Amino acid sequence: MMMRIVFAVLFMAVTANGFAAGGGDENLDSVHIDLRDTESLQKGAATFANYCQSCHGIKYMRYNRMATDLGISEDVLRSNFLQPSQKPSDVMDVNMSEEDAKRWFGTAPPDLSLTARSRSPEWIYTFLRSFRVDEQSNTGWDNDLFADVAMPHVLYSVQESTTREEYDDTVRDLTNFLVYVAEPAKLVRYNIGIWVLIFMGIFTICAYFLKKEYWKDVH
Amino acid sequence: MNRILKWFDDRYPIVSVWEEHLSKYYAPKNFNIWYFFGSLALLVFVMQIVTGIFLTMHYKPDADLAFDSVEHIMRDVSWGWLMRYLHSTGASMFFVVIYLHMFRSMLYGSYKGPRELIWIIGMVIYLTLMAEAFFGYLLPWGNMSYWGAQVIISLFGAVPFIGEGLSEWLRGDFVVSDATLTRFFAFHVILVPLMLCGLIFVHMVALHKTGSNNPDGVEIKKNKDESGNPKDGIPFHPYYTVKDLFGVGVFLFIFFGITFMVPELWGWFLERANFEPANSLQTPPDIIPLWYLTPYYSILRAVTYPLFGIEAKLWGVISMGLAIFLLFLLPWLDRSPVKSIRYRGWMFKSALAVFVISFVLLGYLGTKNPQAIDLFLFTNVRWAQICYFLYFAFFLLMPIYSRLDPVKPVPDRVTMK
Repeated sequence: MMMRIVFAVLFMAVTANGFAAGGGDENLDSVHIDLRDTESLQKGAATFANYCQSCHGIKYMRYNRMATDLGISEDVLRSNFLQPSQKPSDVMDVNMSEEDAKRWFGTAPPDLSLTARSRSPEWIYTFLRSFRVDEQSNTGWDNDLFADVAMPHVLYSVQESTTREEYDDTVRDLTNFLVYVAEPAKLVRYNIGIWVLIFMGIFTICAYFLKKEYWKDVH
Repeated sequence: MNRILKWFDDRYPIVSVWEEHLSKYYAPKNFNIWYFFGSLALLVFVMQIVTGIFLTMHYKPDADLAFDSVEHIMRDVSWGWLMRYLHSTGASMFFVVIYLHMFRSMLYGSYKGPRELIWIIGMVIYLTLMAEAFFGYLLPWGNMSYWGAQVIISLFGAVPFIGEGLSEWLRGDFVVSDATLTRFFAFHVILVPLMLCGLIFVHMVALHKTGSNNPDGVEIKKNKDESGNPKDGIPFHPYYTVKDLFGVGVFLFIFFGITFMVPELWGWFLERANFEPANSLQTPPDIIPLWYLTPYYSILRAVTYPLFGIEAKLWGVISMGLAIFLLFLLPWLDRSPVKSIRYRGWMFKSALAVFVISFVLLGYLGTKNPQAIDLFLFTNVRWAQICYFLYFAFFLLMPIYSRLDPVKPVPDRVTMK
């Protein structure tokens, strides 16, 4: 009995901490991520193409995979996302060259394919809502989450022309899109997982009664 | 059908092996939940081999390509994400199963005579498995992979005189690099799995020589019926094959639950820092190994004082080695006349509880910054030092308390509680 109590306490301590460990910083704002919200993902993709991709690539993402997953037609893909020289099967790489990037910003802007996994969705959401004017810096901007960041406030024109809620929604859609980009398989893995678990549940119940039948004479 | 079987049986011992190891291999009838983990370990081993083969088809062991090839598997290879998550979940679940399997032996004294050799071989499997996990962890070439390997290999540098040369020899370079990656790949996909295959085989041969222990710690071979079969034994097949099938069902339900729903397990199975490519110029915020190695990592970091002219780092490495080595000696440190915890007294029970608490706490503290305070009162390193002493006291005092322990009489036959 004593061992059982010890186990229970240890299990609770470790799992409780596990949840905390994944959260990262406490001072990040929470963001509602929903990959079933295709409209939000499409808006996020548009924002990314219009405001982010000139400096940041998502080099592990292919245009045609995105188009299929987010329900974007090939016409829209060609007119709104692809450069004239690009094919739908190309990866969504950055539009500027690395040398230019280094000359203009002092450092090459990072690829954002996995940022939602290496940092967190909350981090991206908070970061994009934490820019403030700073006359001292080269770009005229600083960020409360990422001090001395080399990136200017690219979404300033959006923030200026919309309400606070609308801007938060735009950033939320962009974050949602980057969560999708970080792991496109997320769109299918929950759906498949449910059926796998239902199957394992039925399998286990059958195995239980099979065991019971075989063991009925063992005393 | 019978003629085909006979044709083969005349040329290869199919029937006798089947009978000796399954249909006429008698196992105690009183196995409880703790006895599922042996067959589950075998299941996970097979799953790791199978998923590993598919990953090897698409993975590139090259410092310039490794990280990209893992993302290629995650995105462009059909079902690649599933193979990768099954493999990464399998790595951690292997240790979950092995730790529970080892703890079962401690609960019921399975390491005691005549099963000392099974325990020793099992310990070698455990060490080999740690090497397998360590080599495999470098392969995704994430930043935690890189710096984890850097830290662990540099530990060998603490060995007097030959240390620096030794770690250079292991890395094949002055820092972890492409040379390290390619050799770790070779070790991970062929050398160590081959060793594990052989070790698991002899582990089971030794087990089938003595027969399994059981929750009562009673030797069932001492009570046989007229036909020479143990009275408290039942044939492994079909009784334990169907029972293990049920265990497999429950286990895979949990396993697939993690694989499909939370493959990162909030950073415990896949760490955030490993989604950044390896960067020799920037360390992750905290360099920590995955959870299954953190108890020993904690012991390593707990030693902060030099002693007898030997620097603290070397003492840490020695302590870490000793912490594992003492497990090998368990059959001889334990002087109790009884095997099972059911018939042991309060001393062993308390000691085992203290051991479990110290081991789990060491594991937890190994994932934290040593100077921070995550528990209460003391810094993490101070707590690790307390657990360090409790951990070693469990082993070093065992010859005394296991002999003084007021044990209960052991029944002649097994009980079905």
